[in-house]
Amino acid sequence: MRTGNGGRRMGEINGHTVLFLFFGILACLFSLAVVFSANVVRMAFYLILALAATSGLHFLAGADFVGTMQLVLYVGGTLVLLVFGVMLTAQNPFISLRTAGGDWIVAALVGGILLVILVPVAFQIGLPPQDAGDIEGLTQREAVASSEPVSVPTATRIGLGLLGVPGDDVSGYLLPFEIISIHLLVVLVGAAYLARAKRKVVVRQESQNSAGS
Amino acid sequence: MSQYLISHWGWYPPLVYMLMAMLAASLVLLVIAGGSVLFIWMERKVAGRIQDRLGPTRVGGKFGWLQTIADGIKLLSKEDLRPEGADAMLFRIAPYVAFCASYGSFIALPFATGWVGLDINVAVFFVVAVLGLEVFGVILAGYASASKWSLFGAMREAAQVISYEVPLGLCIVIPVMIAGTMDLTKIGNLQSGWFTNWYLFHDPFTFITFFVYYTCALASVNRAPFDLAEAESELVAGFHTEYSGLRWSFFFMAEYGSMFLVSALGSVLFLGGWNGPVPVAAWIFGEHASQLSGVAFVLANVLGLMTFILKAVLGVTVMMWIRWTLPRLRIDQVITTCWKYCTPIAAVMFVGVISWQLMGLPSGGDVLPHHEQGLRRLPGSLRERPFEAGDAVPAANSVGFESEHADRERGQADG
Repeated sequence: MRTGNGGRRMGEINGHTVLFLFFGILACLFSLAVVFSANVVRMAFYLILALAATSGLHFLAGADFVGTMQLVLYVGGTLVLLVFGVMLTAQNPFISLRTAGGDWIVAALVGGILLVILVPVAFQIGLPPQDAGDIEGLTQREAVASSEPVSVPTATRIGLGLLGVPGDDVSGYLLPFEIISIHLLVVLVGAAYLARAKRKVVVRQESQNSAGS
Repeated sequence: MSQYLISHWGWYPPLVYMLMAMLAASLVLLVIAGGSVLFIWMERKVAGRIQDRLGPTRVGGKFGWLQTIADGIKLLSKEDLRPEGADAMLFRIAPYVAFCASYGSFIALPFATGWVGLDINVAVFFVVAVLGLEVFGVILAGYASASKWSLFGAMREAAQVISYEVPLGLCIVIPVMIAGTMDLTKIGNLQSGWFTNWYLFHDPFTFITFFVYYTCALASVNRAPFDLAEAESELVAGFHTEYSGLRWSFFFMAEYGSMFLVSALGSVLFLGGWNGPVPVAAWIFGEHASQLSGVAFVLANVLGLMTFILKAVLGVTVMMWIRWTLPRLRIDQVITTCWKYCTPIAAVMFVGVISWQLMGLPSGGDVLPHHEQGLRRLPGSLRERPFEAGDAVPAANSVGFESEHADRERGQADG
C-alpha cells in the first residue's frame, strides 16, 4: 500500500503531522480565546470551536466513534448550554464577565497543578516498543500516522462491550452501562417533574385569578 | 487513485493527498452550490405550478433556467448591512457556521459504492452529529442580530431542532440495527439487488419508520410546515431578518444543502441508496458494483450515482411539494408532533423491528422468488464472530473495505 517511503523516520513532517498541528493549534487558540474573552456568548462560541478542533484530533487518531461522540456530546451539549443556559439568562450584569484578582490566583494554581501532572505523563508514555508494534516494517506510531484513514470498527467493539460481550481486549460492561442508563432515566424523569411542577403552579394561580375576577 | 499517482508518477505523497482532498472537497462544494442553484429554480417552478402559475419564464430561455444566476448576481451586488446593536463578529460569522455544518456532513456521505469523501465506519452517526450543528449558526445569527424577530426565530429553531433530534435518531437507528453497521457504504450495499431488498420494504415497521424519518427530517432542516424559525407572516423573516446579500444567501445554501443531505441519507437508509429498483448494472456487468473493478466499476458506479442523485432530488421535490401544500404549524403543534406522535411511533417501530428480527420473520427480500442475496445476514454473523466485521460482509471488496481487511491482518499479525 505504501511505496517509496517505508524508511520515513519519526521526526519527518508528513500530512498527518501537519493536520495534527493544525487542529492542535486551533484547539489551543480557541481555548485561549475562551479564557481571554469577556462576553459570555462569545466564550461559548469559542468553546464550541475548541471542542470541534479536539474532535478533529480524535479523528486523526483513528478514533472515529470517540470523535463523533465528542461532536454530539460536547459540541452539541455546549450548544444546548449556550442556548438555554447562557442566552436566556444572560442579563446585563452577567453578559460580560471580568475575572477578579483572587480568581486568577486560584485558576493559576489549579491549572498549574494539572500541567505538572500532565507534562510528565505525556513524556512518560513516549514511544511504543519497537518490536511489538512492527507492522510492515513501520513502527506503530508511523502506521497510525500514515495519511490514509485508519478504519478500525471501534463502534462495534464499544457496542458489544457495553452489551456485556467480552472480547479479546474488552471486558463486558453490561452492569455499569445499565446502572448509568437507569441513573440517566431517573435524572430525566426528575427534570421533567421539576419542569412540570412549576408550570402547574402558574396554571393554578391563573385559574385562581380568573375565578377571583 | 492517490496510490496510483504516488507509485506510477512518483509524486510527493503529501501533495497528492492534499490534491485528492481538495478534489473531494470541491466536488462536494459543487453538489451544494450547484444543487442549491438548481433547487432554488426548482422551488420557484414547483411553487408556481402548485399555485397555478408559471414561475420564472424569462431569464435564460423558456423555462427561466438562469433565474437563480440572476438572483445570485443581484445578491452579490447588494450592500452587506449590519444592525447597529449587533455583535459584529458573531453576526458576520454565523452564516458561515451554518454553511460549514451543512457542508461538513457531506464528508461522510457516500454517493456510490466507495465514492465518499471520508469512509468512516460511523458515517451515519457522523452525518447526524454534524448536521445537528447547523442550528448553531442559526442561533448565533438570531442572537447576534440584536433584533427581537431574529431572537424569536432562533429560539423556535433551537427548541424545534433539539426536540426533533430524538425521533430522528430513533428512526435512523432502525436501519442501522437491521444492517448491523453504521457504515453508510455497507448499509447501501446490503440493500443491493431488487427493490424488495430496500429497508423500506424490509417489514411493515420499517415502512412506517421511513415516513416518520421523513417528517422529522423535514423538521430538522427547518422546512415548511415546520419553518417556524423564518415564519415570514409573523416574524418578518425570522433569524435572517437582518441579513442581506451574500451572507443571507449562505443561509439558503446551507438550507438547500441540508435538504439534499437528509433526502440522500433517507435514500441510503431506506431506499437502497445507489441501487436501482431493478439490478440493471448487475445484469450488464455480471456483478454488483462493489465487486467490480476498473472501467466496469466506474460505469456501474456512475449508474449508481445517477440513481442516488435521482432519489435524493425526488426527496427534495417532495419537500417542496409539502411546503407549498401544507400551512405552517404553530410552535406548540410542532412540539406536540414531535413528542406525542413522532417519538412514540418511532419507539414502537424500534421495538417492532427488534421483534421482527428476533423472531426471524421474512423480510421483503425473502418474499419474492428473485431473491439472490442469501448471504446478507450481517447481524447474525456479527453475533457469532464479534470482531471480524470485515468478512461478515459478503460485498466487502469495495474501496472502503480494503483498509479494514488490512487492519484485521495487522491485528492477527500482532496477536
